[in-house]
Amino acid sequence: MNKIIFLLFLFFLFRNVRAQDAVVIKFDKLQELMQTKTNEIQVINFWATWCAPCVKELPLFEQLRTDNKKGDVKITLINLDFADKVNKVNAFLVKKKIQSSVLLLDEIDYNTWIDKVDQSWGGAIPATLIINPQNGKRKFVERELREGELEQLIEDVR
Amino acid sequence: MKNVRLTAWLALSLVVLFAGRSPKYEIGDAVVDFKLKNVDGKYISLSDYKTSKGVIVIFDCNTCPYSKAYNDRIQTLSKTYAPKGFPLVAINANDPEVSPGDSFNEMVAVAKKKKYDFPYLVDETQQVAKAFGASNTPHVFVLQKEGSDFKVAYIGAIDNNTRDEKAADKKYVEEAVDALLAGRPVPTSKTKAIGCGIKWKNV
Repeated sequence: MNKIIFLLFLFFLFRNVRAQDAVVIKFDKLQELMQTKTNEIQVINFWATWCAPCVKELPLFEQLRTDNKKGDVKITLINLDFADKVNKVNAFLVKKKIQSSVLLLDEIDYNTWIDKVDQSWGGAIPATLIINPQNGKRKFVERELREGELEQLIEDVR
Repeated sequence: MKNVRLTAWLALSLVVLFAGRSPKYEIGDAVVDFKLKNVDGKYISLSDYKTSKGVIVIFDCNTCPYSKAYNDRIQTLSKTYAPKGFPLVAINANDPEVSPGDSFNEMVAVAKKKKYDFPYLVDETQQVAKAFGASNTPHVFVLQKEGSDFKVAYIGAIDNNTRDEKAADKKYVEEAVDALLAGRPVPTSKTKAIGCGIKWKNV
């Protein structure tokens, strides 16, 4: 009996540290996420495996995920690698032990959707969008974030 | 009194804030001339292009996967449009401290390896990229010559499919330059594209 409990324990432990696979989506899913009406503050980060400053700031989002004990912040990492590179992205997530939810946005005709994320976005990544669905406040940052800045931005939309 | 001071201080800081913001060219703006070092060591200015109908300026680099994906298309643009009066000029503004693969020596190596038939200029101070409002690579500015001025006629992406040239059905830069050559209005004068952000100096 104890053995079974131990194995179950191991299973859950393993399951919890295992990175999730990236889910390939179209823009409508991202639109849903940006318009969702929950109590959670949405933190949406745009990144790619080939973008060094993006990769550098990923730990900030992972840290935020573990620090947010109240559970009122939802982090989504929107990956912009080409969809035919999804295996490479998944291998990257395992290697970097990324636990946040990762969606690969398969929309190559960028001009059809960039402005819908934010009018001010020039198209450079990393870029981060923070939305508080409760009061409609939003912040958009088109550059690498410094340590502590993410928490400040979240406070700003509260 | 304190309030007046505070207001004055706020007003001043706003002025400073806006003055500090780099200017950014919009469609129709005349571009301020620049002088940058080419991979052959010689300096090139916009004003050198006295006889051309315009210039295709592309902020590009060695290292960005999007720049690499577009490299052949950039060379084709040069081969197609330089003879028609729209020579291409590539500018690398990436800070080599942040992106060592974009050092001047690496630029020289890339231009040689790829047999660039167009200038590949280094924007060491990043002032030209800032003046243009270039944000990522590759970022295109098609300039049309009007008198002695070069005016911005198109800003944005090369086409609408980074991954696959054959699947691109909107070739923004080609359409813009073709229109200018034919004396027609540019069909799409401004687009955006995902790309590697220009590697700005850490100040």
